[in-house]
Amino acid sequence: MENESNGSAAVLAAHNISKEVSSPEGSLTILDDVSFTMNAGESIAVVGPSGAGKSTLLALLAGLDLPTRGHVVLNGSNLSELDEDGRALVRAESVGFVFQSFHLVPSLNALENVMLPLELAGGDNVRETSRGVVEKVGLKDRWSHYPSQLSGGEKQRVAIARAFATEPAVLFADEPTGNLDSRTGANIMELMFDLNRSSSTTLVLVTHDLELAERCDRVLALDAGRLVSDTRSAA
Amino acid sequence: MRAISFALRSFSREIRSGEVLVLLFAVALAVAALTAVGFLTDRIGKAVARQANEVLAADLRLRSQEPIPNIWRERAEEFNLRTAETNTFPSVVFAGEMSALSTIKAVSDTYPLRGTVRVADELFGEQREVENIPARGTAWADGALLARVDADIGDYLTVGSLELEVTAVLTYRPDQSMGFASLAPSLLINIRDIPASGLISEGSRVGFALLVAGDEDDVNAFDEAIQPDLPDELRTRSAEESSERAYRASDRAQRFLSLTAIIALLLSAVAVAMSARRFAHRRMDTVALMKSLGATQGFVISVSVVQLVLLGLVGVVIGSVVGYTVEEILTKVLADIIASDLPPVGPMPIVLACGSAMVLLVGFAMPSLIQLRNTPPLRVLRHDAMPPAPSRFLVAGLSLAAVAALLYRSARDAEMLVYLLGGIVIIAALLYIVGRILVSMMGRFRSGVGVAWRYGLANVARRGRDSAVQVVAFGLGLTVLLLLTIVRTDLLEGWRQTLDENAPNHFMINIQPHERDSVSAIYREGGVEPPEYMPLVRARMSTINGESVKDREYPDPGGEWMANREQNLSFAARLSSSNELVEGEWWPENYDGPPLVSIEEEAALETGLTIGDRLTYLIAGRELEATVSSIRQVNWDSFQPNFFMVFSPGALDGMPTTYIASLRLEKEQQSVLVKLVRTHPSISVIDLDSILQQIRGIVQKASLAVQAVFVFTLAAGIIVLFAAVQSTIDERRFESAMLRALGARKRTVFSGVMAEFGALGAAAGILAAAGASVLAWLVATRLFELPYEFNPVLWVAGVAAGIFVVCASGFIAARSAVNAPPVDVLRAA
Repeated sequence: MENESNGSAAVLAAHNISKEVSSPEGSLTILDDVSFTMNAGESIAVVGPSGAGKSTLLALLAGLDLPTRGHVVLNGSNLSELDEDGRALVRAESVGFVFQSFHLVPSLNALENVMLPLELAGGDNVRETSRGVVEKVGLKDRWSHYPSQLSGGEKQRVAIARAFATEPAVLFADEPTGNLDSRTGANIMELMFDLNRSSSTTLVLVTHDLELAERCDRVLALDAGRLVSDTRSAA
Repeated sequence: MRAISFALRSFSREIRSGEVLVLLFAVALAVAALTAVGFLTDRIGKAVARQANEVLAADLRLRSQEPIPNIWRERAEEFNLRTAETNTFPSVVFAGEMSALSTIKAVSDTYPLRGTVRVADELFGEQREVENIPARGTAWADGALLARVDADIGDYLTVGSLELEVTAVLTYRPDQSMGFASLAPSLLINIRDIPASGLISEGSRVGFALLVAGDEDDVNAFDEAIQPDLPDELRTRSAEESSERAYRASDRAQRFLSLTAIIALLLSAVAVAMSARRFAHRRMDTVALMKSLGATQGFVISVSVVQLVLLGLVGVVIGSVVGYTVEEILTKVLADIIASDLPPVGPMPIVLACGSAMVLLVGFAMPSLIQLRNTPPLRVLRHDAMPPAPSRFLVAGLSLAAVAALLYRSARDAEMLVYLLGGIVIIAALLYIVGRILVSMMGRFRSGVGVAWRYGLANVARRGRDSAVQVVAFGLGLTVLLLLTIVRTDLLEGWRQTLDENAPNHFMINIQPHERDSVSAIYREGGVEPPEYMPLVRARMSTINGESVKDREYPDPGGEWMANREQNLSFAARLSSSNELVEGEWWPENYDGPPLVSIEEEAALETGLTIGDRLTYLIAGRELEATVSSIRQVNWDSFQPNFFMVFSPGALDGMPTTYIASLRLEKEQQSVLVKLVRTHPSISVIDLDSILQQIRGIVQKASLAVQAVFVFTLAAGIIVLFAAVQSTIDERRFESAMLRALGARKRTVFSGVMAEFGALGAAAGILAAAGASVLAWLVATRLFELPYEFNPVLWVAGVAAGIFVVCASGFIAARSAVNAPPVDVLRAA
């Protein structure tokens, strides 16, 4: 168990978090007493079989949901002490997302999708900044296309550009290659790790691809809601 | 501020993407329908009111027993009103040896200000409209007058010291009063001949009138402005006071118009509600994403509201352009029927329609949008994470408030509002409850049916609340459409029937008892069925329950007037077919007990008389006491002779009695009247054709407006159903793709969708037929005082229309979903 005094360098810390939901069969524990700390620039892979609680952990770490017990400290803020708007502000300042199913806004084109979080944060030069990021992910010529006109890999590139556009402290990626073929997936991961390195973002990657997990600094293994191992990878 | 600029920027993207088109379309349609309906009802309403004003030949009439000073004409002109003057008085007209009493009507050049005068070039000849008045030294004479004095066109009539050449037969003047005051046939002359006639001198009984007409607002302003200054002898009179029949017809026509306008409004409301619901639902994903990207609740709500308002504005602009264009086209098409000299209506209907659409949009979309702020950001990871449903009270309250506010404005009639709104609320509630019951029953049937039906019924049952909401939307849409159909056909027809083509068009009055046989003989000779004669006794009431009528207090000034004037009494053994007993009992046919009297309902209300009251009358020096034994409702539209007071047989025996009769004479039969008035000069014949025509004109205009509105409302109704189906389309796409991926053929999937819609449509149809029947009954009996019969065809039509329309719009909407390649749909999730 980590000590909170490590917090000076810690960007993300989970303190004994549990999540229970009510079900027809009574209370169901999805996540059970999970704790760990991440330092800036570190990358972590969360692995485990289906139903192990990976996505739930991600939702709690990003403040999309609140734990039943315990608390999460993200970039210095205790998420449990904030209301929904407060958590949203923390996300706006410090968090980027890449989802398995991309979650692009269908009514916005590629560039506009990338602009969205910058516009939400109220930044200046939104369009220029976004164009730069779109170029970085290799979609210079396709910026005006709508999601329906893009391939899966291209959609995920747009999503990655959107995630990095705000230069977040922490990037959450939920099975980012889950909907892609292996080659496209590999390219996408390459891009993500590149950007991660160059922007020293902290990365939380949920995956069940062990090969991918090996490329992260640490691998957290979950099983039935419990953290069963926290290993530093050789890489 | 940031939210607004963000909303503004992303709005054009939303429009481009087509996401919001259904809602945009619904708003535009609502505005277009309300604009066009507003314009139409406004114009036709004015045309109808004007028709009613014809009975005055003006919008307002100032009358006096003394010459009306010029200052009143000048004041009218200050209000931009047109004026005309008339003098009306009885005088004996001579032609050679023959003479007859006539009503002389001397008019100025501008007469009449409303309606037109019609003349014929021979007795009972073809009539034509004229725009001028008789030249000086000439006169236009009523056919009956010419017959009485045995004169013809070209002959000279002597009136006072005037010699006037008859240049035309007067067949119609708009203000030929229906009252008994002007029985004598008229002679229309030029007012400039009056000074030389010697007819008007001190003490002669002349009615002086100043006719006034112009823009409605100007007339009202003038009327209000002069009231305080009017001397006692000068009185104003509006159409309402002067011809109750024409006014009632016009009032009823206005009710029809506002009813159809309300129906259009209700349909628009349902259309907007359904598409607003979908609008909010579709934004859920975007809101969840924006929140995961750090947007606050305030931000997402502001963005949604700003976009909703923008959407409303765009819809409003499109809708008003369409509505205005349609109205312009309709006005051109209907130019013959809508008086062409009507002033343009102005932008008011557009403003009102736009306001209404925005109120609807806010009322219906706001609760869902407000709820959107509670969309959990978790939805980006777990698609089943939904915001809690908005409070039903909030939804119902806001939308009801929106509808009520609008209805109140357009109904201007609290009674209609209560019936309609109450009816709609009850129907919606019933639809929801029954919808849920049906939905759960359908779920149970599914094990016994084929795969298509099982899929369809399972779908209905699974989307329990959604399905019930759809039943409500379909059902309300159908209810309103059915109601409109009933209004358009049954109710209007019922009204038209009260003025059927066989209604009597002539009144004969002042028939002496001994003349009855000879009058009947003349009719028989002319091939006309002789009329039934109704006895008439003129009498004044002296006491009510022993109290003098002068000292008594009355619930209504009308009652006081009636109790104190000379009344027309009648007696009858049987109740007239145009009467209906509402209280008490009618006497047996062979009744010969103490005198009883039956009172007309309204007269009873105004005089405060009830059953058991004792009335005494003074008739030719004799006193008659009778007890009130029943109260009758009279259908005045029947054009049968009717009386406020009808006595039991024998009660009026020995009193000075004359008879009146009504009968129908076709054009070619009217020559029989020439013989009648020549052989019975004391009998007066009153031609009712003109007033009947006026009322038919009103009915025709009203039906026309209702028809035109019907088309619009139908379009709105179809949009409602389409929007309702659209609201489930996303889910449907996914399901059908999934089913097809599992190996179902398109046909199977389609049959399933059709089974679902068929079941929904049938449920909605049954409820709609029930709802529409009840509403129609309420509307008919309470608002229009027309008889209503429950129509079984309605039920068949309701269910058939429900299944057909819902399936058809379902087919259109689901086609794209079913036809999309499954892989696209599944991948795009």
